[in-house]
Amino acid sequence: MSSIDYSERIPNNVDLSSDKRLQRALEKWQPAFIDWWNDMGPAGGWQERDVFLRTAVSVDKGGWAQFGFVKMPEYRWGIFLEAPEAGRLVGFGDNAASPVWQEVPGEYRNTLQRIVVTQADTEPASVEQQRWLAQTGPSQYDIRNLFQVNVEEGRHLWAMVYLLHGYFGRDGRDEADALLERRSGDPDKPRILDAFNQPCPDWLTFFCFTTFTDRDGKYQLAALAESGFDPLARTCRFMLTEEAHHLFVGETGVRRIIERACTLMKQDPNGDARAQGGIDLPTIQRWVNYWFSYSVDLFGGEISSNAADFFAAGLKGRYKEMSKYTEHTALGQTHAIPLLRDGRLVVEDVPLRNAMNEVLREEYRDDCQKVLERWNKAVRDQGVTDFEFSLPSTRFHRRQGVYATHAFDPNGNAIPLAEFEAHRAEWLPSDADRAYVASLMKPVHEPGKMANWIAAPPRGIDGRPLDFEYVR
Amino acid sequence: MASAVRHQPVASFQSHPERYRHWKLAIDGAIARLGMDIKEENGLRPEDYELKQNSYDLGVDIELADAIERLRFEHPEVRVLVFESLLPKVFCAGANIRMLASSTHGFKVNFCRYTNETRLSLEDASQHSGLRSLCAANGTAAGGGYELALAADRIYLVDDGNAAVSLPEVPLLGVLPGTGGLTRLVDKRKVRRDLADLFCTKAEGFRARDALRYGLIDGSFPRSRWEAGVSAAAADLAAQSPTRASQGVPLSPVNSQVDGRTRRYRSVELTLDAEARVATLTVRAPEALAPASASALRDEGAESWAIRVFREIDDALLHLRFNHDTVGLVLLRTEGDPDAVLAHDAVVHDNPGDWFATEIRLLRARVLRRLDNTAKSMFAIVDRGSCFVGSLFELALAADRSYMLSDDEAGPTLHPTRAASGGTYPMGTAISRLQARFAREPQRAKDLLESEHPMHAEEALSSGLVTLAPDAIDWDDEIRIAIEERISLSPDALTGMEQNLRFVGNEGCDTKIFGRLSAWQNWIFQRPNAVGEEGALTLYGHPTRPRFDFRRT
Ligand SMILES: [Fe+2]
Ligand SMILES: [Fe+2]
Repeated sequence: MSSIDYSERIPNNVDLSSDKRLQRALEKWQPAFIDWWNDMGPAGGWQERDVFLRTAVSVDKGGWAQFGFVKMPEYRWGIFLEAPEAGRLVGFGDNAASPVWQEVPGEYRNTLQRIVVTQADTEPASVEQQRWLAQTGPSQYDIRNLFQVNVEEGRHLWAMVYLLHGYFGRDGRDEADALLERRSGDPDKPRILDAFNQPCPDWLTFFCFTTFTDRDGKYQLAALAESGFDPLARTCRFMLTEEAHHLFVGETGVRRIIERACTLMKQDPNGDARAQGGIDLPTIQRWVNYWFSYSVDLFGGEISSNAADFFAAGLKGRYKEMSKYTEHTALGQTHAIPLLRDGRLVVEDVPLRNAMNEVLREEYRDDCQKVLERWNKAVRDQGVTDFEFSLPSTRFHRRQGVYATHAFDPNGNAIPLAEFEAHRAEWLPSDADRAYVASLMKPVHEPGKMANWIAAPPRGIDGRPLDFEYVR
Repeated sequence: MASAVRHQPVASFQSHPERYRHWKLAIDGAIARLGMDIKEENGLRPEDYELKQNSYDLGVDIELADAIERLRFEHPEVRVLVFESLLPKVFCAGANIRMLASSTHGFKVNFCRYTNETRLSLEDASQHSGLRSLCAANGTAAGGGYELALAADRIYLVDDGNAAVSLPEVPLLGVLPGTGGLTRLVDKRKVRRDLADLFCTKAEGFRARDALRYGLIDGSFPRSRWEAGVSAAAADLAAQSPTRASQGVPLSPVNSQVDGRTRRYRSVELTLDAEARVATLTVRAPEALAPASASALRDEGAESWAIRVFREIDDALLHLRFNHDTVGLVLLRTEGDPDAVLAHDAVVHDNPGDWFATEIRLLRARVLRRLDNTAKSMFAIVDRGSCFVGSLFELALAADRSYMLSDDEAGPTLHPTRAASGGTYPMGTAISRLQARFAREPQRAKDLLESEHPMHAEEALSSGLVTLAPDAIDWDDEIRIAIEERISLSPDALTGMEQNLRFVGNEGCDTKIFGRLSAWQNWIFQRPNAVGEEGALTLYGHPTRPRFDFRRT
């Protein structure tokens, strides 16, 4: 059941044609989606161009990445779920070892709907945030990558809307409509989560966003891929394969900016990358601090009854719940979390289930740490020895959770607010930084050419050369 | 249950805007704004809970009650009170769950009763003082947050695709929205009962569009037009409300001193006999001359006996409820010159058009209703030196029983007046205590007031105004035995019995809230499905999920 029926208006591997009601509902939603894409997708005339994009034609290995030229509005957004696992059981929580749910259990309906809507809302949000970037793209290669990320976020939206239409009835359809009505950064109808309302005006931001915020997506999807609600688990598993590419775009994008900065430092008599029109390493660090802190907010409260409920019900597991853990009740165990008590951090033991957000956040943080180590290797490989990137503490610059009410330095020490403010321009992008980075954002659209502030990638896409015309 | 259940005394029920921790009161002409900015760490028991997301506890509600009261007396120029949140994205999350879960049953019940009284006082202010209220929910109003909104005249919810109104108590906590929520939904806002059913079982509630369609709110604005929209709605509401006065009267603090077993106010004394589980509430007649006119009354202000004595009774009742839960019986006594009471009453009763006199009457009515709603037995003791006359006669009417000393040598100590007992101080049922008393013989209530006069015990007994009238020989023994018998009975059965007997007549929103909603809530609060080891309220926020006993009762 993994081949995709292209005779359908909506490519899918869920046998949509056998469910006329659902098919009609989705066919009704489709024009609204296209309208949204035309209004809020990539701006500046790019929609009429042919873009070298991969399209999923099957969920089999090798089958889901077929490359070819396509105009974005004609992209075949479809619905693909990983193949079902025969006899799959709920893996954790209070319902462990009972058969997974193929329909939404009434008891968890509202909770599941909220989980799906929250995840779904991020998908169109990031497309909206990134819609102007192609105008200042540093190369054809990068613009293509941007569009690839955009169309796949669009497909992720389809994946979530399929769940809403297929399993949540009238409420689900209303929520699917609302996903096309909210707008990133619009004070009147903002996207649900804060990070998805932040502007994404430059490519350093884009690469940091795809490194850190899309990586949050990866961890959320991975936790939901363990879900006892089987359609959700199977959907998320397939989304994860696409998400990996977004993380690749982000990490290599930042690395190329770093490499270029090092090259320019060596060229400059004073070792100043900015003087040579590059983005200096401390500025990159500030972008890292900003986007890492916004992204860790997305994991939710450190001590959370929702998180406990999600786990108890078997709706959302830990990262790699089934392969990494042997104990799946998470009862009678605790997780140590430093909490502020009278202005000082005191480590307290929190019931493990209530700490599930934090457990996931720590997995994420460790993964981010590895990314930074790879960037630091790139710095060293360039022969620069006096700079190292460091990941801020998860307590730094928070707006959600137990650390939001206090100021912390990047090492996670509690500090007076005045001290934080005194260091703000050192730790976070300043207006001057943003203006400088913005001043570099000049389009480079000639095949094979790169903007001055970013190094060329080692290779092109799908075996094509670097000077291939990825957007025609 | 993780945290130890305990009950600790509430030190004070008094507040003042200068001391508010959780609210910001700002007055601009006819419009007052009360901004909710609840300080997480400033709960009454910070070791047990944090007041996150604008969730409230008793301390927050004491300030709210104070603010409403002060607007009525100190700011008669204000015609609209706007509730808003100073937090982004959240209006109010309702009563703090951990506070409830870590409170004794008795505290929970008293807390809910108090918060209900506060919300009723908001509606009372709108209905009788023209102080309208508007709830501007600039973020999600959940549970008690939406119940507060329901007590306002108008509800507006920001339409930002996220903010919602909700009553998640049933699906999330296994209890009821017990601060009037269920009642006001169908009885005040007249939301269709099946839609109300949908709403009350949907934990995340409804956002602006659906909330408006179902009648859960009165309007919505997007964020960009929020301030302008709310201001216009408030101005509109103000234009529909009459002006009362421009100059207010400050509410001086209600002071009391504790002296051994006695809490002493200027005209009220509360004496406790903890071993006997009996308290005596003694109210003294004024000693000063009565103010000669409404303007003289305003000059005396909150210190004038007519208002002060009822504010003192109110404070004493709260101490009784929260801090003396083992006291089962309250003896209501009065002492002093009956004529002085009548003289001070007169200026309050004879100036129907004066705003301050009106506010005093309304305040007294609220205090008397608080007395009606106090879960203790009450006996009025009318003996030599008593002055159950005029407004103080209402105390005798509020009592479950009254004993009057048959004493021919002393002057008459009981005197029902038309001004006080003819409807000025209605019960929650909207009828007077006298009407409730003579439900079987309505004419008798009228006749008594037609020919109002001071009475001796004999006449009071034959008129049906007192329960028993022993003579001096039997008096001490009769009273002693009556007290001992009363406090030997089951306190639960007594509370239930009294609450059923006191409220004769038709149901209103008030009586439904206290009699139906609170009673069911209090039952649920006792049930294992809520507070047992595996109950929903117990386990809220804990790693394990509740397990219900599914047998319906
Ligand atoms: Fe995505
Ligand atoms: Fe992504």
